[in-house]
Order: sequence, then C-alpha cells, then structure tokens
Amino acid sequence: MPILEFQNVSKVYNGVTKALSNVSFSVDEGDFVSIIGPSGSGKSTILRCINRLVDATQGEIYFDGHDINKAGKQELREVRKKIGMIFQHYNLVDRLSVIENVLHGRLGHKSTIAGVIGAYTEQEKETAFSILAMLGLTEQAYKRCDELSGGQKQRVGIARSLMQEPRLILCDEPIASLDPSASKVIMDHLSEINKALKITCIANLHQVDVAMKYAKRIIGLTSGQIVYDGPAQDLSRSKIYEIYQSNEGELITDIRYSYE
Amino acid sequence: MNNYTKQAPKPVGQTSIFTIRKRSFALVFAFVATLFALSSAVANFSTAKGLESIPKAIIWMAANFVPDEKAISRLPNILSKLAETALLAVAVTVCSALCAFFFSLLGTKTTKINPWISRAVRAFASFFRNVPNIVWAILLMFSFGQNILTGFFALFFASFGMLVRMFIETIDEVSSSCVEALHATGATFLQTVFQGIIPSSLPNIISWVLYMVEYNIRDSALIGLLTATGIGNLFDLYYKRLDYASASLVVICIAVMVISIEIASNKIRKVIM
Repeated sequence: MPILEFQNVSKVYNGVTKALSNVSFSVDEGDFVSIIGPSGSGKSTILRCINRLVDATQGEIYFDGHDINKAGKQELREVRKKIGMIFQHYNLVDRLSVIENVLHGRLGHKSTIAGVIGAYTEQEKETAFSILAMLGLTEQAYKRCDELSGGQKQRVGIARSLMQEPRLILCDEPIASLDPSASKVIMDHLSEINKALKITCIANLHQVDVAMKYAKRIIGLTSGQIVYDGPAQDLSRSKIYEIYQSNEGELITDIRYSYE
Repeated sequence: MNNYTKQAPKPVGQTSIFTIRKRSFALVFAFVATLFALSSAVANFSTAKGLESIPKAIIWMAANFVPDEKAISRLPNILSKLAETALLAVAVTVCSALCAFFFSLLGTKTTKINPWISRAVRAFASFFRNVPNIVWAILLMFSFGQNILTGFFALFFASFGMLVRMFIETIDEVSSSCVEALHATGATFLQTVFQGIIPSSLPNIISWVLYMVEYNIRDSALIGLLTATGIGNLFDLYYKRLDYASASLVVICIAVMVISIEIASNKIRKVIM
C-alpha cells in the first residue's frame, strides 16, 4: 500500500507556465526517494503539491487515504500535520530561539489559541529537547536562530519537522546552501531518520552523486515530465545526460571521471 | 581555451555603447535645461531676481525672527502646546498602526487570504495614502469644524494609508519564508500571524511606526494651522499679531523637538534591530 500516489498530475502557473504535465508515481512507506532534474523542471512544484502549498491544476494526489486536492480546510490541516518539510533557506523565524522554532512543529496539533500564545505542554518541551539532543543542538537550544551556522539552521529545520511526528518528510534542496561537510551531516541525519524512525523521505537534490548515494529510488524530471523512475543504482550516465539534456562532459559531475 | 586568448572582434558599423551613453546623457541634460527655461518664462520667474533677493531675505529674517525676552516669557505656553501636539501625533500614529497592521495582514501575499481581498485592501490604502493629510484636514473641517478631532482624523487617514503599504512590504519581505514553513506544519492563520509574522517583522514595523511618529509631529504643526489647534494655531496667532520673535521661537521649539525625537528613534532602532 503506497503512502503517496500521484495520478496524472499537472500544474500550470498563471495559465501559461507549464510546471508539471501528467506526472504519475507512487511512493511506498519507508522509502527514500530523490527527485533530480534541472532548475525549473518542476521538482519544487511536486513537493509543494503534496502539502498543497501549491494547488495542482489537474490530477489526483493521494496521501495516507486523503484525496489531497479535494481536502477542505480541516482535512488539509490533518494532512499537513503528518507531513514535515525542510527548505533550502531553512525558513525559520530567525529572531526566535531554536527551541521556539522546534516547537512550531506542534502548531498543527494545537488549538488556535494555544498556538497563538505559545502554550506548549511539558511533554512537548521534553520531546523538543530530546530531538535537539539527537541532532546535536543541545547547546544551541536557547540561542537565537540568526546566530547559527547554515548547517545548524538546517538541523533546526529537521527538528521542527520531526516535532510534527510526521509520516513523510519533504526536503526541498536541503543541502543546496551548505558546505560539503554540513551537507554530509544533514544527509546522514535524514538517512538515519528514514531508517530508524521509518519516516518516508522525498528529497529534491541538485547533486546527482548525493542522490545516488542516499536515495533508494530516483525520479528524474525534465520540463515537468518524469524521464526516469527507478532504483538509484540503475541510473546510468546516459540517463543522467538525458535528464539534464546535456552532452557528455558538460556536467559538473563529469569532473570525477576526468580523475580516473 | 582559445576563447579566452582570442582578440574580441570589433563590432562593425555599430556605434559603441559608450558613445550612445554620452549622447543620451547630453540629450537628457539639454532637455532638462530647456524645460527649466521654458517653465521659468511661462511662470514669469527670473532666476537672477530670485537669487538676488536671498541676502535681503536673510537680513530681514535675522532682524525679525530672533526670539526676544517677550518671546522667552511665552516659552511655558509654547512648550505645553507643543507637548499636546506631540502627544496627539503619537496617539494618532499608534491608532493608525494598529488598524494598518490588521489591514496589512489582509493585503499581503504572504498570508494568501484571497487575491481579491488583497487587491481591494491595497487599493483602499493607496487612496488614503495619496490624498495628502492637508487635503484630508480641509475636507474633514466641513464635517468636524475647527476641532482637534479634525486634525486627528486627517493625520490618521494619511498615516494609515502609508503604514498599510509599508507593513505589507515588510511582511512580504521578512516573513514570507517562515510563514510558508508554518503553513506546511498545519498552523492556522492566527498561529502563523502570532508565531511567524509578528516575531519576524516586529522590529521593522516598530521602525516604520517611529518614522511615522516623527513625520506626524512635523505635520501636526502644519495641520494645527488649519484646524486652529495645538502648536500650529499658536504659531498662526503670533504670526498674525506680527510677533515674529515668538513665532520664530515656536519654529525653533518644533525643530528641536523633531530632531530630538529623530535621534531617540534612531537609538531605539539600533537596539531593536
């Protein structure tokens, strides 16, 4: 039973810009899927259609028994509660402390008024601190987010999404703004979360090598259409050139072959 | 590598971009100069005469606009009126900021309430902003008469329109990314406002409100002239009595007040940002 299913999903922005056309795929529970493709190929749109930050123009999306595109306000909230999301630019409230940002992950579970005044239970606070400890952020808990490094900010983003107790985590270019060592830390955490907590992960990535190392399955997207969908180890170099619509030697990933 | 060492081919039969820049600059300069000459001629304005009268004006002002003893004796009265005017300006700004914040939440793209409501709010605010507060004061005088309430509403409307626009821009710029994340967690509208928008944009919003306070203190003096209230009225009174010394003391007091408020709000800005 797949946890997420796309059926012929299309998205057209402002009636002119085609972002997705007829995308169909399904994701099994516990999977780690990476979506790769050139800029503007619709990777972010796919992720945002899942939690309706963007409304799909056509087609059906099913998540955990919910028909996402037909969900009303209350049902949409239920859906979003179960889906964590982390962003390229972290999207934290920079002026608040780390622990407050982590607790924001509970907002979907709380009554409006409790969320407005920030009344979190002791249990929630304990969970938040244990998640921070797990991600190595205990010392940063009371710091303001704008004092953190990029890698630390992204870990706060992960902590916030884990606070939701999600079934699925969407990662929109999680390491695109990070240095190689922070990138590895983030990808290792995501991989660990996927394996140990059995949370399904879908990550948009620009780094093909990273995608092939961490993901079990890769979806290759070119101008809004799926051109590859299969196990990571089966992704051939010629397929990569097709996804990025380029010739041999024109991709930055090619520099590794020139060493050999 | 050849591309890097090769000599760039000279563009053939084409004027270089630098020549075009120089030409268009000269054209614009000539155009502005002609415009100035023409409009001066039409308005019967002679630049030479204007410049000539500057020293005379300075001498006259120096002779008449120096506060004397009689003016100093009026200082307590001036200061109390000034305080009244300044407090009114602060009250107006705070009220309009509260209303403007509420409306700006409806007007931003960040909260994604409804594109039509957002457009309507922007148009509404733009209307209030583009009618100058002096015009508001004149219009409102018909309904409220020469009254402190007239001044209050005149300043209120103009600063409301201005603040809505500033707040919308601030929220769109500062808060849109964290609001997106909070939406994704399933937070409700009010939760995103109180946990995302307010914490992230508050310093900028306070900064705009401080700016508006400065601006309104300056303008409230002017509007007081029309509505016969506050420090503006006092200035008008002295001026019409040909008591230029006292009138100038009023002006000096206003200037000192505005400058000190500006300094204070710059200090506050540094602390909160």
